[in-house]
Amino acid sequence: MMRTSDLVGSAARALRSNPLRSALTALGVIIGVASVVAMVALGSGAQAQVERSIASLGSNLLIVVPGAARGGGGVRGAAGGWDSLTLDDAAAIAAQVEGVLVVAPSQRSRAQVIANGANWNPQIEGVTPAYLTARDWEIAQGRFFDESEERQARRVVVLGATVANELFPNIDPIGETVRINGGSYEIIGVLESKGQSGFGMDQDDIVLAPFTTVKRRISGRNRRADTVSQISVKTVSEEYLTRVEEDVTNLLRQRHRTREGEDDFTVQNLSSITEAAAQTTQVFTYLLGGISAVSLLVGGIGIMNIMLVSVTERTREIGLRKALGARQADILHQFGLEAVALSVAGGIIGLVLGVLGAWLMTSLFNLPLVVAPQNAIMAIAFSGLVGVLFGAYPAWRAAKLDPIEALRRE
Amino acid sequence: MSAPLIEATNLVKLYKMGEETVHALDGVSFTIPHGGYCAIVGPSGSGKSTLMNILGGLDTPTQGRIVIEGADIGALDDEGLAQFRNRTIGFVFQSFNLLPRLTALENVELPMIYAGTSPKERREQAETLLARVGLGERMSHKPTQLSGGQQQRVAIARALAGKPALLLADEPTGALDTHTGQEILALFSQLNREGATVVLVTHDHEVAAATQRTIEMRDGRIVADHASGRSAA
Repeated sequence: MMRTSDLVGSAARALRSNPLRSALTALGVIIGVASVVAMVALGSGAQAQVERSIASLGSNLLIVVPGAARGGGGVRGAAGGWDSLTLDDAAAIAAQVEGVLVVAPSQRSRAQVIANGANWNPQIEGVTPAYLTARDWEIAQGRFFDESEERQARRVVVLGATVANELFPNIDPIGETVRINGGSYEIIGVLESKGQSGFGMDQDDIVLAPFTTVKRRISGRNRRADTVSQISVKTVSEEYLTRVEEDVTNLLRQRHRTREGEDDFTVQNLSSITEAAAQTTQVFTYLLGGISAVSLLVGGIGIMNIMLVSVTERTREIGLRKALGARQADILHQFGLEAVALSVAGGIIGLVLGVLGAWLMTSLFNLPLVVAPQNAIMAIAFSGLVGVLFGAYPAWRAAKLDPIEALRRE
Repeated sequence: MSAPLIEATNLVKLYKMGEETVHALDGVSFTIPHGGYCAIVGPSGSGKSTLMNILGGLDTPTQGRIVIEGADIGALDDEGLAQFRNRTIGFVFQSFNLLPRLTALENVELPMIYAGTSPKERREQAETLLARVGLGERMSHKPTQLSGGQQQRVAIARALAGKPALLLADEPTGALDTHTGQEILALFSQLNREGATVVLVTHDHEVAAATQRTIEMRDGRIVADHASGRSAA
């Protein structure tokens, strides 16, 4: 029986004796593994980014908007148009649907905001204090308005991070005033930054004001005072999402006297949007990884090719080794190990290059770098498998050589 | 008297060459005792190479029985043959067959690697053997740095590694000039005097004359078996 250390030593010696050939043979696997690792890391980064940004909208969240959904996401104005949702609807949801944590009606508007000699055109959102809870939003500086300020339609605003930076780049905005539609409003707080939403919108380009304030003073007095542009419904936990979605839909149908298919409102479930988006990027990741795996396969074929050449070149050596007492298994192991060593070395180098490449690309595209350890282990294991698969046939040919024929070969 | 080292009884080896069946060996019987020094002589096609391959455990007979050092060659499987070649036989080839990547020392160690001998013991044995064939000063040379005669000495040292019962040499002087060839034959004689059983396979009667006994072959049969020096041809 041959010692393992001798087996490894003889494989290493054979590979070292022709370093250029060994390097070029391993290059196929290096490129294959590097591209698989880089592509999967890039895809996972994109996936993490999408999940993170969609999660930033708020968790366990249903959003009810006026108008009927058409197909997947398009909204069509239906009977009742954009004024179909009211504060009473919000109150009814809060009172009658089980599993609801908070209900936050809001009125969206857009207006010029002037302060500090600069102006900005953010989204103005009239909200109730429940809005922060519904959207998992925190105050970074100052405070939020309370129920009584909301009821009294006080002239207070809380700025999104983008608005605060644009209008007050160097000074603390708390206590300063901004002018909106000619009226002046006191800044009582600044929101924590949320970044871009999954749909590419800057969520921090916003000014939050009391719902009543926006209704009465900003969004235009010609509209009804009790309509809302959105109702955010946060459930107590994820399990309630589907049931609450159904209950809210049924309740609003009852209140609006509509039937399925004629709804004048739409209930959006953010978790299902998150899932769909994550699934899309995951499919994308698999696709990229799959395409790269083809190059790994090509690398494996390169190994097989060179190993076959090597067996032919070393026919005499194989014959001699057999004459000196090498068993078929010894020859099989020797050549098999050479192939596996080539591909595993290629796999390790490819992994390093792949992570490096992924790091470069993710920093270029401003994505999080996600390299799961199991992916790294998979890459190495997979390259080892490639070595075994593509090294097996040449090694088997070597082991089966007839020593008499082999020794006669020039 | 103890059993002979080699006992061959009625060996037949058939090869199919297309439609034709060739009798490479056609009923060969002989014995060689321990410590013998014997030449198998014959022209090409006489069956001497086939006989050598069977003696070396590289091939098995179609019929007949050959027992070497208690091992029935025809009954061994691939693994058994490999072990037999490793432990019982020491091969010496016409073209030396040294591995060019390895040093003289490493070449001599090669059969001991397949025996599973420890690296330390291997090294010691290889050094002793190289010194014994007169190459104590050139252990770390690669084959290309050695002359033909020196390369064949390395090959003989390699054949001796693992203390085989039988030294089997195939035209060991065929690639050497006459003088160097004489030196190699002298080395075989010396090894034989020291106790080794040696079988030379050659077509050269002058080479055969250096041994004690000549077995002459023709057309797969033994046509003469006599003390060396007296040619029957």
